[in-house]
Amino acid sequence: MNNWPLWEIFIRSRQGLDHKHVGSLHAADAQMAIENARDVYTRRMEGVSIWAVESTNIHASNPDEADSLYEPSNDKPYRHPTFYDIPKEIGHM
Amino acid sequence: MTQAQFQARIDADIKIEPKDWMPEAYRKTLIRQISQHAHSEIVGMLPEGNWITRAPSLRRKAILLAKIQDEAGHGLYLYSAAETLGKTRESMIDDLHTGKAKYSSIFNYPTLSWADMGSVGWLVDGAAIMNQVALCRTSYGPYARAMVRICKEESFHQRQGYEVIMTLCRGTAAQKQMAQESLNRWWWPALMMFGPKDEDSPNTEQAMKWRIKRFTNDELRQRFIDATVPQAEFLGLTIPDPDLKWNEERQHYDSGNINWEEFYQVIAGNGPCNTARLAARQKAHDEGEWVREAAMAYSKKQEQRNKQVA
Ligand SMILES: [Fe+2]
Ligand SMILES: [Fe+2]
Repeated sequence: MNNWPLWEIFIRSRQGLDHKHVGSLHAADAQMAIENARDVYTRRMEGVSIWAVESTNIHASNPDEADSLYEPSNDKPYRHPTFYDIPKEIGHM
Repeated sequence: MTQAQFQARIDADIKIEPKDWMPEAYRKTLIRQISQHAHSEIVGMLPEGNWITRAPSLRRKAILLAKIQDEAGHGLYLYSAAETLGKTRESMIDDLHTGKAKYSSIFNYPTLSWADMGSVGWLVDGAAIMNQVALCRTSYGPYARAMVRICKEESFHQRQGYEVIMTLCRGTAAQKQMAQESLNRWWWPALMMFGPKDEDSPNTEQAMKWRIKRFTNDELRQRFIDATVPQAEFLGLTIPDPDLKWNEERQHYDSGNINWEEFYQVIAGNGPCNTARLAARQKAHDEGEWVREAAMAYSKKQEQRNKQVA
């Protein structure tokens, strides 16, 4: 049986916003993926732009490594503005 | 990750995502529940499809088409969520066709009159919404997100159904009678949609612990009854349950016994339309085979052509 490849669909809901992952679908090629995405994910004007990426082309980080991957940024509080004491008289900075 | 750590995440309401570690039984339960849900959306198009060509006006026909198209979309959102758990679309469809996978028992009942388009939207979608709203907070991320998307669309389904029934109730005596007759046929099957009584639903406890389910079958059924009775009263229709009455102490409606024998018969494949529903799905799948092949062949050819040009 001929299985159509899986595509991940990203939609920009409004001009000026990021494309956001909405789900996946099967399609024979990119054009069909975009057409199907229009029918499946934008029946009520949920989008103004569609990206279709073949799922096999998505490489994901491993959730089991999340601790070691993101931990290092946890101990650098000086990256945040609240780390610094600025006198009230200075006002908003 | 251990089972205990996994449970701790669930208890903290941290969503589980596709690549996260999960107990095999959690994965299996989800695949069963999500694919069953997807099949219900797809098979659920058939009873309503039955009335597209006979809708009484262009307005009703456009609405019915839009609703049925939504249901196809719901099926796709859910298949796509189930696929993130490692089960292929193809094998899910196979399971449906061989009878290994189930779908909601309600869709094995026939739609005999136009009023049934009203009852299906009002009661069947209404019952589905009770279930789906609760599932927006289910523990598996892709399932929860699919549910949020579905819930946004369902409200129109129920409202258009209620409007169909309301229009009939405000029409001639014969039209109102048609609405009542339809309610008589759909009420009990709609209550069965919530599944067996809690004491006969052995999987509920684990599903609740994993927060796959957020409420029990009986809790949701009660909620549906409480919400729907006043809606029927407003229309001047009678719910076909002589034991139905408001219980001041419980602040809920008491209701009569469901015919569980009928429920289990329908689940076992002996409902009025089981054979026809599966045959229709199988036929559509078989007759689409050449389209799927042709689309793939075309895409490969295009790819080759583009390579030659480049
Ligand atoms: Fe639906
Ligand atoms: Fe619906």
